[in-house]
Amino acid sequence: MALPARESPVGKRVSLFVTCIVDMIYPGTGLSVVEILEHVGVRVDFPPAQTCCGQPAFNSGYRDEARTVAAHFFKAFKDAEVIVTPSGSCATMLRHEYPSLFTPDDGERYQEAQRIASITWEFSEFLVDGLGMADLDLSLPARESFAFHDACHGLRGLGLGGASRDLLAHLGNAELTELNECEVCCGFGGLFSVKMPELSNAMLQNKVQNINDAAADTIVTGDVSCLTQMNGGLSRRKSGKRVVHLADVLAKALRKERA
Amino acid sequence: MSVELKSNDFVALADIALHNNDLQHAVGAGTRGGYQRRAETMFAHSQEHGEHMRQQAAEAKRRALRNLPDLLETAERNLIANGWRVEWAEDAAEANQLVLDIARRHGIESVTKSKSMLSEELGVNHAMEAAGLRVVETDLGEYIIQLNNETPSHIVAPVMHKTKAEIRDIFVRELDMAPTDDAEEMVAFARKMLREDFLSADMGISGGNFLIAETGSIGLVMNEGNGRMCTSLPRVHIALVGIEKIIETVEDYATLTQVLPSSSTGQKLTVYTNILNGPGRDAEGDGPDHSYVILVDNGRSKIYGTDYAEALTCIRCGACQNACPVYRSTGGHAYGWVYGGPIGAVLTPLLVGLENAQPLPHASSLCGSCKQVCPVDIDLPRMLLDLRWELVRDGHSKTGWDAAMKMWAVGMTSATRFALGGKAARAGQHIMGDYMPGILGNWSKHRDFPDFAPKPFRQLWKERNQ
Repeated sequence: MALPARESPVGKRVSLFVTCIVDMIYPGTGLSVVEILEHVGVRVDFPPAQTCCGQPAFNSGYRDEARTVAAHFFKAFKDAEVIVTPSGSCATMLRHEYPSLFTPDDGERYQEAQRIASITWEFSEFLVDGLGMADLDLSLPARESFAFHDACHGLRGLGLGGASRDLLAHLGNAELTELNECEVCCGFGGLFSVKMPELSNAMLQNKVQNINDAAADTIVTGDVSCLTQMNGGLSRRKSGKRVVHLADVLAKALRKERA
Repeated sequence: MSVELKSNDFVALADIALHNNDLQHAVGAGTRGGYQRRAETMFAHSQEHGEHMRQQAAEAKRRALRNLPDLLETAERNLIANGWRVEWAEDAAEANQLVLDIARRHGIESVTKSKSMLSEELGVNHAMEAAGLRVVETDLGEYIIQLNNETPSHIVAPVMHKTKAEIRDIFVRELDMAPTDDAEEMVAFARKMLREDFLSADMGISGGNFLIAETGSIGLVMNEGNGRMCTSLPRVHIALVGIEKIIETVEDYATLTQVLPSSSTGQKLTVYTNILNGPGRDAEGDGPDHSYVILVDNGRSKIYGTDYAEALTCIRCGACQNACPVYRSTGGHAYGWVYGGPIGAVLTPLLVGLENAQPLPHASSLCGSCKQVCPVDIDLPRMLLDLRWELVRDGHSKTGWDAAMKMWAVGMTSATRFALGGKAARAGQHIMGDYMPGILGNWSKHRDFPDFAPKPFRQLWKERNQ
């Protein structure tokens, strides 16, 4: 299914969909997103009724529950002009799956699903493809080496990956190096990680190995769920390496400039 | 060996595979090698060219699928005109009976077989052996599998799950081969053994990669030449062909024989690319006296009218298996039937019944690699999602999950309840420490879990804007 077309978001107010995991576990990443968006001159609001996009239910076959949660999302974001979210996975749910969950028989909800799909941007693609800003004119306090992990939904659902690498390439003091099998799944897969824990762990083990073998000290990615899986595995295996969200890397540079 | 249906044991079978070091090594290297070679060949000209070939191939198969009933009639007419005898089989029992009838009619004693996944579905070797026929698999991988009384674990590389040392041991044990670690010597040994079987067989059985409607031909691709021996040396040849293998034209065959080897072995073209046109003609010095095509349904027409019909366009290249991180960890036997990997996770429930393959739709992280590499662009992740939905809808899901999902949806439809849930999770984490209850314990077995934040983002946002 082709992705719905989007209008240019330039000059529009952005409603942040921070995602349930960022809200509860990584609120600092949410603040990083806001700071970067404001740095490039975007007005940001946070629709307070937001919760989750419904993907856990959708991906495990609970479509009625997914539709219920999606309907709540429509209410929470009914005034949004543009939605930005720091997750390629949640963005895929909004862009790809919402339109597939409702049919014209659903009336207003069908219209809402189409509308949400046509105003949603993942964080990195919003900056680079939406606003045309790969160079944020920022520099890290000291030289650091990074490698990028392409989270699956962002890469294969939305064609992301290029935007994040562009942003890192333009970031001062950041060196971008290779991660072997950067496009291979970390084994998270939502409820897959607890439904098939041994397989999920085998995939994680492979990812941890590749991260440990990489030249970079820090792995950057665009999804905190995959990040949770990878850091959970790195920490359990006493690796000194960590995975961070792109927004936190960019915000680190921004905070240095402000200090 | 006839294949047993054990797909409901996927989790246990996957565990066995995960603890088999030889398998981990062999499948890990085999799949990654195939994945890499595919990328190099498909995109040898350019990314754009490769993608264009995929779309062209997908269109050829989809066009054939749309016209399936008419094309099958055309094919039958043209096959008969070429001298083939055409038989139709609704299921495995009918197909196997037809094979046995043909064997009896022609007084057959020994049979050589070239690689066919459909024949694995049918269990035709088992049926023939039970009827007293001698059957020899002649594809090298299949030959090894047969010697070891196993089933293929990969669509194009049936013995991918075995290391070279394991194969050596099978040859030594079963055929008294003088021990050697040299792969070329092992191949030469097998070749010598097989040569005698080729010369003595009076019937050959092949599959059919494609059934070309406009010319009434079977398209068959291979690398070892064994297929040619099976289809031209014996007096009788039977091609077992699934009805979904049909394509419209020879031009489509040209299109598809580019993407099939590229996607499966990373070759631009297989060593042998054949168009078989029935029995040998009078003036010809070789070819079988009798050529049969058995067109097999075995559950395919049941899929035809559904949202899963596109799964019937699969050309059995194995690229999705090579790309799948789950398959890379388990090999094919864990899937518990004939087809492993993403296409197996879709086809198995469709062909044998979802109730008999309940774990398979969940045997995926939905990473999307399978669709990305599929030469005919089958939307496998979409089908896995639809099958998961059917599991829930038809009550195959565990009641614990049903209740949890309902409660979760209640929590997610109110910001107040959502925030309360977050507080409860943080409090729970504070009390329980690293211990996680119920199914969440599956998480903490292999990974640490981060702390819930003291203040959620929504509170930080409120404070920031006060």
